[in-house]
Parts: sequence; structure tokens; C-alpha cells
Amino acid sequence: MWSYTLKRILQGIITVWFIATATFVAMHNVPGDPLSSDRAANETIRANLEARYGLDRPLFEQYLMYMGNMLRGDFGISFTQQNREVNDIIREHFPVSATLGVLAVVFAALGGILMGALTALYRNRLPDYIIMFLVILGISVPSFVFAALGQLSLVNLNAMMGFSVLPVAGWGTVSHMLLPALVLGLGTMAYLTRLMRSSMLEVISSDYVRTARAKGVPPARIFTRHQLRNAVMPVITVLGPAIAAITTGGFVVELVFAVPGLGRYFVQAVQQLDYTVIMGTTVFYGTFLVFMVILVDLVYGWIDPRVRLK
Amino acid sequence: MKPDRSVDSRLLSAAGRQLIVFTLISLLGVAVLMFALNWLAGLTSSAAGGSRAAVDIEANTITTYLRDEPPQMNSMIATDAVSGMILNHVMEGLLRYDQFGNLEGGVAERWEQNGSEITFWLREDSLWSDGQPVTAHDFVFAWRNALSPALGSQYAFILYPVLNAEKVNNGELPLESLGVEAVDDRTFRVTLETPIAYFDRMVAFVTFLPAREDFYNATNGRYGADPHEMLYNGPYMMTSWVHGSSLRLEKNPYYWDDNRGLIEVINFAHMTSDPNTLLNLFKDKQIVMADLGATMLDEAMLQGWQIQSFQEGTVFFIEFNHRDERLTRNLNLRKAFYLAQDSGELVNRVIKLPGYLPGESLFPVWLRGVEDSLRDEFPAPMYERNIELAREYLQRALDELGLEQLPQMTLLTGDTPTSRMQAEYYQEVFKRNLGVDVIIDSQIFRQRLEKMTQGEFDMVMAGWGPDYDDPLTFADLFTSWNLNNRGRYASDALDAQVRIAQSSLDTEERMRAFGEIQRLIYEDVVIIPNYERGYVYVTDPRLRGMIRRVIGAEIDFTYAWIEE
Amino acid sequence: MSDQTLTEHQSTAGARPIRTLRPVDFEPLPASAPTAGMVRPSRSYWQDAWARLKANRRAIASLYIIVFLMLFTFVGPLIWRVDPALQDVDQISQGPFADRSAILVAPFERWDGISLEQGFGDGDGLRLASQPTTQQVRMLWDAVPEASAYRLYRNHFEPQSALVLGVPIASITRDGVHWYEDRLDLRARIYYYSVVAVDELAQPLGQPQTIVADVRRVITLDEVVARGLTEDPAALQPGDAIELSLHPLGTDYLGRDMLARLMAGARVSLFIGLLAPLMFVAIGVLYGATAGFIGGKVDQVMMRFADFVVALPFLLFMILFQVVFGIGPGESGIVPMLIALVVLSWPATSRLVRGQILQIREEAYVNAARLLGGSHQYLIWRHMIPNTLGVILVTLTFAVPAAIFTEAFLSFIGMGVAPPTASWGSMCNEGLKTMLTHPHELIFPAVMISMTVLAFNLLGDGLRDALDAKMRSSV
Repeated sequence: MWSYTLKRILQGIITVWFIATATFVAMHNVPGDPLSSDRAANETIRANLEARYGLDRPLFEQYLMYMGNMLRGDFGISFTQQNREVNDIIREHFPVSATLGVLAVVFAALGGILMGALTALYRNRLPDYIIMFLVILGISVPSFVFAALGQLSLVNLNAMMGFSVLPVAGWGTVSHMLLPALVLGLGTMAYLTRLMRSSMLEVISSDYVRTARAKGVPPARIFTRHQLRNAVMPVITVLGPAIAAITTGGFVVELVFAVPGLGRYFVQAVQQLDYTVIMGTTVFYGTFLVFMVILVDLVYGWIDPRVRLK
Repeated sequence: MKPDRSVDSRLLSAAGRQLIVFTLISLLGVAVLMFALNWLAGLTSSAAGGSRAAVDIEANTITTYLRDEPPQMNSMIATDAVSGMILNHVMEGLLRYDQFGNLEGGVAERWEQNGSEITFWLREDSLWSDGQPVTAHDFVFAWRNALSPALGSQYAFILYPVLNAEKVNNGELPLESLGVEAVDDRTFRVTLETPIAYFDRMVAFVTFLPAREDFYNATNGRYGADPHEMLYNGPYMMTSWVHGSSLRLEKNPYYWDDNRGLIEVINFAHMTSDPNTLLNLFKDKQIVMADLGATMLDEAMLQGWQIQSFQEGTVFFIEFNHRDERLTRNLNLRKAFYLAQDSGELVNRVIKLPGYLPGESLFPVWLRGVEDSLRDEFPAPMYERNIELAREYLQRALDELGLEQLPQMTLLTGDTPTSRMQAEYYQEVFKRNLGVDVIIDSQIFRQRLEKMTQGEFDMVMAGWGPDYDDPLTFADLFTSWNLNNRGRYASDALDAQVRIAQSSLDTEERMRAFGEIQRLIYEDVVIIPNYERGYVYVTDPRLRGMIRRVIGAEIDFTYAWIEE
Repeated sequence: MSDQTLTEHQSTAGARPIRTLRPVDFEPLPASAPTAGMVRPSRSYWQDAWARLKANRRAIASLYIIVFLMLFTFVGPLIWRVDPALQDVDQISQGPFADRSAILVAPFERWDGISLEQGFGDGDGLRLASQPTTQQVRMLWDAVPEASAYRLYRNHFEPQSALVLGVPIASITRDGVHWYEDRLDLRARIYYYSVVAVDELAQPLGQPQTIVADVRRVITLDEVVARGLTEDPAALQPGDAIELSLHPLGTDYLGRDMLARLMAGARVSLFIGLLAPLMFVAIGVLYGATAGFIGGKVDQVMMRFADFVVALPFLLFMILFQVVFGIGPGESGIVPMLIALVVLSWPATSRLVRGQILQIREEAYVNAARLLGGSHQYLIWRHMIPNTLGVILVTLTFAVPAAIFTEAFLSFIGMGVAPPTASWGSMCNEGLKTMLTHPHELIFPAVMISMTVLAFNLLGDGLRDALDAKMRSSV
């Protein structure tokens, strides 16, 4: 077990190195100049700037410098915000994305499990049809359409009520988070509902449920102990990757709802060719993803004894 | 299973009850989670406290938004409009602009230009936000620092009229040789390379703002990165700045001028430029003003909002590539392109925003001439759209170039929706009216700049905004020595006129030179003027006295007040 | 659907009566007696799968949708021959089935502020100088001596107060000018124009004056000819009624035909949506099959590399690749997106296929075939491929909506296809801005995306159920 964990972590580190190198190579092949600005710089100003960011050195030396700094957890200073470190930017904005992501996953998981169970129980009856229709919407409508429509309906709701039920954009309190998190979690919720439905259907017709019923176990107990519990297992397995995907994929929601998350920053950094921020964010997110997956695997092996770690 | 319906329904009802319990538990869990998150969010952002309403009369507070996150508040390296706007609220330079856009004393009580020497006498009661007086040394330090090679400020060039500034920036001369001097604490003397007529108007720009040396050095390179890492001498001070999210200004108790800073707190609670989001926020009465897109005017009229417009001062144009190897070097070809389009149609049919003016000249309408507006005194000559004539010129150009047919022309543009839309519009216009295939090269900001600098374009959609309140800020754009002249237009006649405008101290002579430059640019078809950008915006009727400026703070709340 | 058949089968099995055995049942049959014929004809794996798919109504419906999409994309442009790039500036952001009548007028000429049309310009106060048309609305008013500027407003509604006059369309500061010619985005509707004189401190002098202008839609002869609206331009006289070009689904913000653009966008979206999955699934299959078949050290190394690629944050790298590859002048940006999608997406398929191959390799029937002397090629063609094909097909089907979403997402944040290329994603992005006033510009492309994604998802479900009974329960 320990050697397995150690091996996974080692692999993770190599993967992170791979990501960092890939990003470095990618960034240094981008056409364009991160130091240019609206007002053309003369040679003096330019040379001063290059020296400041170490861009005047040979590429390999820059790479070594970058790797060395990264090992010390230092991603350098931003090109656009010349007096802020990339670390500051990640430290300030990642919690926002993460909070939004976690909340979205919680919404998605709870909603998915609940609705999935409902559809399975009321199969081919009205609740099933209604929920499956919603699921189809959730799967097929792009998130930016949901985000825009969600915001618009909230404005109209606020106008109708005469007071602000929920703020339409921004960040700061829980009320700011509700709608963005819901929109962010919608796709995953639909996916989980489908997953839960099929896994529940399988469980309902399984032998152990039939046995339990034949033994005269009270229905409520059958439902919780035998059906729900077993049906939820596959849902839990996909939660880890879902959290990672949602946390790193919240660009659209962050853009539409003016949420100061890392995703929005990343898009801006790309548009500004802010090398250090792009590299810092990518490596950080890559690390986050890699270790998230490892963690989920380990935890899953611990929860479900059937899974033998190979 | 079919025969035994009762078991089925019993299971169903039991399951239903369980599900209700499950729902309740999960709702409870979510509620707990929300409280935890609320607490966490409180740790990462503090601006949420206070009012969420656009106008809070009791607290004398307004809430509004910023288009972008300001990159930093270090006035010596700031380059963008958003930082400039905040800096104009929290800092005060030697000179400033009043409500009507006239130059007046800021930290300097009075000033006097004597040839190449300008002396500023600082007022006694101008204080930093820690209570210490603002002295001439603070200006000496800030100006030297802005030019120091180690800082690498991109706007250092704006200080180049000062004696030895360029050499100091080069590292050829030490910082101390810069032509600035603190005669005593309250007398600041500047020596210029050569006497120029418009230096006092430049001094209002952000790069010229003061900074105190001891405080600056204590921040260890983080000056202006956070509210506590900055000293203020303006009507407001920054009390909180949650990056990417919000920024809060409160009245500076040490500020000397009681007529400014009438509003107690200015809360920039959002940082976004998404027009739909802004409209929604305004509609929800959470922000006190909002810029509108063309498609939102209907809604604004329906809601009965007060709509205003404002020309922001930037001129947009299609710049030709005048490098030797380019076909666009041919004058008749450039004329053909000019004559094939109509900037009026672009503004009226495509952009559709009332604040915009169809482009007629490199010089925008707001520039002042001798007495009146420069453009009234020297009306811009321009070509009216004439498709037949355009085709004639095209044929002439083809003959001169010895071509059967014009190859594809590249139109370089940015990646914003508006620039793409305009490029698409022009592509079609040139195709339809001239039969010329134009291909669009849409690039992100920095890649577009790179391509402009390298000359990889035939035409580029470019723009130019003013740095200071003088026509020269536009006029010298196409001089042969200007690095921003990315189309590499070169004309001795134009260079000569710009030299006159730079060195002459006689207003009439200078304005004549500008008129001449305008004519030269028109005759040589250096550019096709597209439009002067405008903004249409709505404000809360309770907010009065908000000023939008071309020079200085784009949005100025320092003279604003709340009316009940 | 599948589990329904299962339960029905069980219940009928339970209800079948047991037949009574008779002595005759134990008598041997004569050698000449016919052996029992097959109950039903032999069906191959694919015939069986097809039969099961046909029984799935949702899958069949989705197949019809896909056929419709293909017709729309490839046959549509042959029927609806409108250039998707053609800008109809007379009909910008027009909704579906809008009124198309217009009146022919002379070409526009700038107004000098003096000449008046017959029957206009008399009286005092703010007044019209000519018939208001979509070409221009000319108005003039009496000079106010102490005014330093005039502010002109336009409104869709009658102004209720002096503060709210509508959209400020002009501020006239030039001395002696007290007239204005409005040309800004005029539509055939009623406008309320107001003028206010202001003094030097921008304070209003007196009450605003308001007039109503009922704007008539017009078109010039040049435009009629350019758009081919008439057979015989010489026969037309100013004042004649003209039908403008037909746009069944309306136009976009540059007056381009929505239907034609949707078809053009479909080509891009489906090109990326179909080709990218095909390519990366093919690469993934080759890679995975090679690794699985060779096994051992090679397999280890190959799979480690696949793990690296899987670990790259997908959307971040999609955006990064878009920037790194860059989009040159005149390029559509489809190729970089395609490459990025392929580069980042193949490992998932390769892992899946490798797993399958490893599993099948150990199956008893493969061993049996090998023992019977089956060659490598025989094993691959007879057992490996048919048994993995189902999984691959299902992966492919589910990859299509994912690719379409990715394209839409990238185009939405402005990192997708370059103008003037249209894709559904970029059309949505543009439509979002005009959502409030012209919702059709968002709704049509969004519906197309949703329909496609849905169809491929349902088809994927159906295929999975039909092709592989083992996979029925998982999603």
C-alpha cells in the first residue's frame, strides 16, 4: 500500500515536470511579444524590461531558471501586473474557483443522486419523464447559454419581486455563489442523474435486493441499505475527476458572472501573453489535477474493499 | 414483479419517504456548507461588507464597477486607462483639470515657464495620507524613478522633454543628472531639453505623479500592489482592493481641497466589461452607472433611463503599410480603398452607437485650436465614397504596378468582437465595391502589435488615444522617427511640420502646422479614418456631477454628489 | 429499455406450464427423420445489433436528426443559394419573417441644412425638413440666441419628462447650425425626436421640443441592382415599391442571412465535431492496440506517455494550443483546433482499446483459436477487431458532442474560429450580445448545437445498448 502510494506520487511528480516543460516549450513558441504595449518602447525601455524578466538570457538558461524557481515554488512576477507575483495571483484567485467548483460539485452530486433515484423509482411515469427531459436539456445546451439565460431570468425575477433576491453578478457572499455554482454544475448534474438512474435500475433488479425482499426486510431499509448505497458507488467514483474538471473549467461562468476566479485570469493572461501567469497557472492546475486523481484513487481503494490496488 | 403491485407500491412509498429525508439532510448539509463558504469567502474578499445598492444616501456611498482589474497602482509604471482613472482619484499631480476641463493648480499653487525652465511652487497644505507634507523631493524622486533603467517603465518616454531624460533612461547618465531640482521643500524646478509650449499640460499625466522615497523603498518593489503599500495625496484613498473583484475608495482626511471628494465612499464592487452583465447589474440597481452596447439602447429607452453619450477621445483608422515592398505603397491604390468605403455607413449601420463619430481626420473633434475647436478652425478635407472613381484609381494603380489583378490583401485586426465585426464589414465592402479580396488576420493584442511592428500586413485596424491635451499627441504619430508609426510612413514635409509644432511657442503657428499635417495625411492617404470612439452610458438619476474626461480620469467622481 | 425486455422474459418463463411427459417422448427417432430446423435464421453480430438498434425508438429518432443535419449541411446550400458572407446593410439584425417592403428613392446626398422638401419645414419649433426615411431624417429648429450647444435626442416612446428624452444622438456645438440629419441605424418605425438648447455650463435653456417622425423604409436604385432585386432596373421610378431580399431565419448584426450562415457554420462545427473524433479515435486505437498487443516494457512506456497527456488540463491546453499554433491571415482557425483536439484527446481511447485487447487476449476462445493454429492475422481480424469495434464505435459517437461543445466553448471565449468563418459556437457568441433585442441570433445556433449534441448522445446510448450487452448498465 505504502509503496504503491509512493510510486503514484513519484509518477505524479514526473507528470508535473512533463506539464511544466510542455508549457514552457509551448509558451516560447508563441508568436508575439509579451513586453510590447500600445506605446512602442524604444530600445532602452525594452532592454530594461527584458533584463527585468530574464528574457535576455539564452533559452536553455531561462528553462533552468524557470525549473529552479518552480522547485522553490516561485513562478515569478506577472508581465501585466508588474508588481505582483504569480503566487499571489494563484493564492488569491484559486480559492474562488475552488469554492465555486466544490459548490457546483455538491449541487451536481446531490441533485444527480436525488433525481437519478427518483427516475429509477418512478420509471416510465411522469416524474421520470420530467426529469429525463431536464437531463436532456442539461446535456445538450452549452453552458454559456445557460449562464446568460440564468442571469437574465434572475434580473427579471429581482425586478418582479422589487428587491434583490440574489445578486446577478460579482463575488463576496454566498448569495453571489448560488447561481454560478448551479449553472456550473448543471452539465455534471445531468450526467450524474443518468449514471444514478442506470445504476439504480441495475440494483433494483439485482439478486440481493430480491433476496432481501423475500426475507421480509422492511422496504425503507431495503431502499437505504441495499439500493441507494450500492447505486451511489459508481457516482462517487466519477466525483473526483468531476471536481477537477469543474474547478479548471469554470471560465465561462466566471466570465459571465464577473467572478474573480483563476479561470478568468487565465483567459486574460493568454490574451495578454502574460508568460509567467500562463505557465504558473497551467503548472498549478496540472499539479492540482494530477494529485486530485491520485487522491481519489487512494480514497476509493480505501472505501471500497473490492477494489484491489494493483 | 407484475403480480405483486402492493410490494412495489409499498417500496415506492417507503423510498419516497426516504428520499424526502435524504433531501432534507442534503439541504441541511448544503446550508452548513454555505455558512462555511461564506466564512471562507469573507477571508478571501472583504469588499462584500457594506451596501450592495448603487446609491446609499445615508452612508453617502456609491457602488460602481471597473472595466478591468487595474494591473497596478504604481503611477510610474501604470500604462492603462483603468489604473489611470483610480490614480486620478487617489493621487494629485502638480497640475490637474477642473470640472470644465481647464488646467489648474493641484499640488502646485502656481507655476511659471521661463524658456526651458519651469518652476512650480507647491502648496503648504498638500499632505500625504500619513499626515506628512508633499514636498518637491517627492516629485524629484518619482520622476527620476520613472526613468530609472531598473524600473523599466513603458511610459518613461513621456518624460523625455526633461533635460537628459533619455540618457538617464538609457543608463548613460546617472539619475541625478535629470533636469529636475528641489530648490527647497516647496519649490520644484524642471529644466527642459528645449523649450516647448505644452509641457504644463503633460504634467497632469499619471507618470508625473509624486511618490515618497522612504515609503517607496520600504515596500520592496511592491509599491502600488495593495492598498497599504501605497501613500495617497489625492481626494480619496484606497482602503481595500480584492484583486479581480472589487476596490474601495474612501475620502482622504488629509486632502486639502474641500470642494472635491463630496462622496464619502466609492465602491467599485465589480470588475467586468461584459455589457450584458453590466446592463443586468444596472437594471438590478447595483451599480450607479453602466456603459451600454448598441443592442441595449432599446431596453434603456423602455426602462426610461437617462442616457448620455461621450466621445472618449480615441481615433480609429485603417493604417496602410507604407514599406517599400508593399503594394499599399502605391498612392492610387490607397485612394481606391479610401474612396470605396464610407465611414458614415460603418458608424450608422454597423456600430450603431450614437456616441461614435464617423472618422474624418486623424485629429479628433475635441482638440482645441487657437480660439475654438481645431477641427472647426481647420476643417478636415475628406473623400466622399465614390465607387466608380475608386475603381478608376484601382485600375490606375494596377497599371502602375504592372499587375493584371490585385492579389489578396491582408487586413490585420484585433480579437475583440468589435474589431472582428469591423474587419468583416470592410472585407465585404472592399470585395463588393472594388472586387478586391481582403483576408482578415485577427490576432490577440500582443501578437497584433508584433505583426504591426514587423510590418506583416497591408492594412491594419489601429487606433490612437491622447497622452496629453495637445494636438501634438496625434500629430507626431506618423513622423519618420516615431516607433508607433508602424506603417512606416515617411514624409519630409510632414516631419518638418511636426518639428514646427514641437518647437514653436506661438499657438497660431503651431495650429497652422497641425492644419497642414491634417492636409498632408489626407493627400497622401496615410490612413482611412474610421471613427472616433464614443460611449453611451446610463447613470442613476441620484448621482450628479459625474464627469467623463478625454484627458485624465475617464470617469471622474471627485466632483460628484448624491442628490436625494 | 433493455431491462424491460429482460423482466418480460422472466415473467413469461415463470408462467409457462410444464408439459406432461408421455412414453412416446422416449422413443428414438428414425435416422431419416428430419433434425429440428433452426427456429430463426442465423444472424451475424451486426445484424443483431442493427435489429436491437431499430427497436430503440430514441436511437432511430436521433438517426433521423443526424440525417437531417447532414442534408441541412450538404444539400441545404445547394437549395438555399445565398452567400453567407453577403451583407445586406438594409436589413441588419432582422428577425425571421420580417416585413420586406421598401420604397425606391434617389441616392443619398448630404443635406446642406437649408433645402426643404415640399410640404415640410413650415411652422416653428422643431420640425422635419423632409419625409423621414430609413436613409435619413432631416430636422431643423429655431435658433436660441444664448445657446452654446443643442442636444438632440431620439426615443422609441413619447418622452414623459424633460430629463428622460431617450438616446442622445448628437450634440451640436458649431455656431449657426440649428439643423440635424440623423442617419443612425434608422428602422421603419415611429421615433420621437427632442431638442434641448444648453448654455455654456451645460444647463438646459427652456423646455425640450419634441416631434414625431414616422420613418419609411427606402432603398436606392444602386442597392436594388446590387442585390438583384429587380429584373429590369431601367423601368423603376423613385416611389416604386420594392420587395427586399428574403431571409427566412432573419439576418445577423451585419445583415447576413442567418439560414445561409447556419449552413456554413454547420460545415465548420460538424467538420470539427466529426473529423476530430475520427482522427483521435483512430490514433488512439492504433496506439492502444499496439501497446496492448505487444505488451511488456513497450506497453508500460507507451501507457506512461499516455498518462502524461491525460494529465494535461484539457481546456487550458486547448486555449494554449490555439495561441501557440496561431491563426495566420485568412485562415479559418479550424486546423489548429483540430490538431489541438486530436493531440489532447487520443489517450482516453488508447487506454480503453488497450484494456479491451488485454482482456480479449486472455479469453478462452482466443486461446482456443490460437491452439487450433490461428495466425496472428486471423486472431486480429476474426477476434480482436470485431470484439473491440463496438466499444470504439460507442466512444466515437460520444466524442462527437464533446468535440462540438469544445469548439463552441472556444469560439465563445473568442479563441475559436477566425472571422469571417462562421461556426455555431461563434454565432452563439455573437448572438449573446444581441440577446435582448434580437434573440433569434442566439436561439438558432444554440438550437442547432443542442440538437446535434442530443442526437449523437442518444445515438451513442442506443449503439451501446445494441452493440454490447455487457455494457448496458454502465453509462
